[in-house]
Amino acid sequence: MNWWNRPAADTQITHGGRLWLYVLSAIIMLLLVAPTLIVVPMSFSDSQYLEFPPSTWSLRWYEEYLGSTKWMRATATSFQVGLLTMLVATPLGVMAAYALFVSRHRATKAIFLLLITPMIVPVILIAIGTFYAYGRVGMNNTIAGLVLAHSALALPIAIIVVTAGLRSYDLSQEQVARSLGATRTKAFFLITLPQIRFSVITAALLSFLTSFDEVIIAIFVSGGTNATLTKHMFAALRDYIDPTIAAISTIMVILSSALLLSIQFLGPRGNKN
Amino acid sequence: MARADADASRSGRHLHGAALKRQHTREQWSVLSLVVPALIVIVLIILIPLSWLFYLSFLGDNGGFSLENYHKMTQYKSYYRIFVTTFQVSILTTLACIALGYPLAFFLAQLPPRWAGVFMLAVLLPFWTSLLVRTYAWLVLLQKRGILNEFAMQVGLWETPIKLVHNMTGTLIGMAHIMLPFLILPLYNAMRKIDKDMMHAAANLGANPINAFWRVYFPLSLPGMVAGSLIVFVLCLGFYVTPAVLGGGRVIMVSNQITAILENQFDWGAASALGVVLLVATTFTLYLAARVFKFDAALFGRD
Repeated sequence: MNWWNRPAADTQITHGGRLWLYVLSAIIMLLLVAPTLIVVPMSFSDSQYLEFPPSTWSLRWYEEYLGSTKWMRATATSFQVGLLTMLVATPLGVMAAYALFVSRHRATKAIFLLLITPMIVPVILIAIGTFYAYGRVGMNNTIAGLVLAHSALALPIAIIVVTAGLRSYDLSQEQVARSLGATRTKAFFLITLPQIRFSVITAALLSFLTSFDEVIIAIFVSGGTNATLTKHMFAALRDYIDPTIAAISTIMVILSSALLLSIQFLGPRGNKN
Repeated sequence: MARADADASRSGRHLHGAALKRQHTREQWSVLSLVVPALIVIVLIILIPLSWLFYLSFLGDNGGFSLENYHKMTQYKSYYRIFVTTFQVSILTTLACIALGYPLAFFLAQLPPRWAGVFMLAVLLPFWTSLLVRTYAWLVLLQKRGILNEFAMQVGLWETPIKLVHNMTGTLIGMAHIMLPFLILPLYNAMRKIDKDMMHAAANLGANPINAFWRVYFPLSLPGMVAGSLIVFVLCLGFYVTPAVLGGGRVIMVSNQITAILENQFDWGAASALGVVLLVATTFTLYLAARVFKFDAALFGRD
């Protein structure tokens, strides 16, 4: 009971007096996490119907998923597009963030705003806009088209993450290297890049995830044999509910948790950029 | 560059300085040119397609300039209903996020940073989980024989299963869940920046904890809350997936209508006009946000 009467903050409010806050916060955190995790037990259900908790257990939905050409092909597409988006958005994002960070030019602020527009423009507009434009040049249903559109979505995130990394890095180290005769390129790769590597890795992982989880653009510009996992999942959710989705969802939750945890724990201790 | 040249020709004595300046300018441009590849992507995916839609929205049936696509919006009652639904869903979701997000952000901001980082995972895990997965989870939780109905009937809140999904209720629950991290992250960041001494001083000057909170802490946290709310509101305006799945065709927001127009009538003019209205509403809200305070820092909650 000692803890109960101890002050919890500078206002001398006690932990006891704050009990309601702790309880409420616990409930809200449960509400946040539970719906994300509930798909895991559901995926092991034996039932055709959506029931929770499942009455009997089985692996049939995983078998269904692994045995389906449609789902396997979509998974391969999603991974391919995600990885390619990562490979496009990360270097482009690092280059842009570095340039905007180093340059003293007047236009940097305007350029930054322009580069983060994909975050501001409603995705539905990007989706129908690219769908229309791709229709003109025959890029609908192509991997390249989807990668390009997803890269635009991932760029602002990559730029913001890398800029945060650059802010906590002392640029004069690079200047020292240059004054000792290194070119800017060499100084960047030898001195700056190793020190902002965690931001760059984070940017890469988030770029992958942005693409992998993206739904709306995929609905419009991906199709045929190049349809993504999310496109098929959306159709399945809207029209009929196939419990295979629980198995796929579980795999997606595991994937995003793994990426999130690696971002949290790979980063330098005490400085999470 | 031109100025450097002019300087150099005006006085021969400063030739060396001018050359250095020129080299500096060239260096500046070569560094800045690194943004070009990123800019090309943005131009190809955002600027060109958006300009095209903008153009299409002003194209009449006869192929000339016309406002008929916009005029249609003021004429038909169905459009009016869609705008009302969109604003209703966005406002209610934002309010729900404030009600749930403020206490949690406050709780997290009071914890020592190490513990806050651990509990923060509860916010970040859903944030980075596919929204399709979360929408699906709510579909299961909220169904007639779902866990929520069963629980409520066992406790005695209601007797027969009530319809919680494929309607407005389900949409709001799902949207609030998806949007909550977008409110909590900037709000938490703003709260962390509040000077601890403020509360100390308030207590020292005789304010009880409740007074100190409402008269000192809350006003200081307001900018963060406004920023988070505006982000949530703007994201809600353009939302598509959750209303489409959890609304069961009964909750039609602007984005859903845009898709419906394209799927059923293939009317690019009408769809584009609706898109332009959505874009204007979004930009206007964000402009307000930018005026309230510096926006880019709060946008991602990690500056």
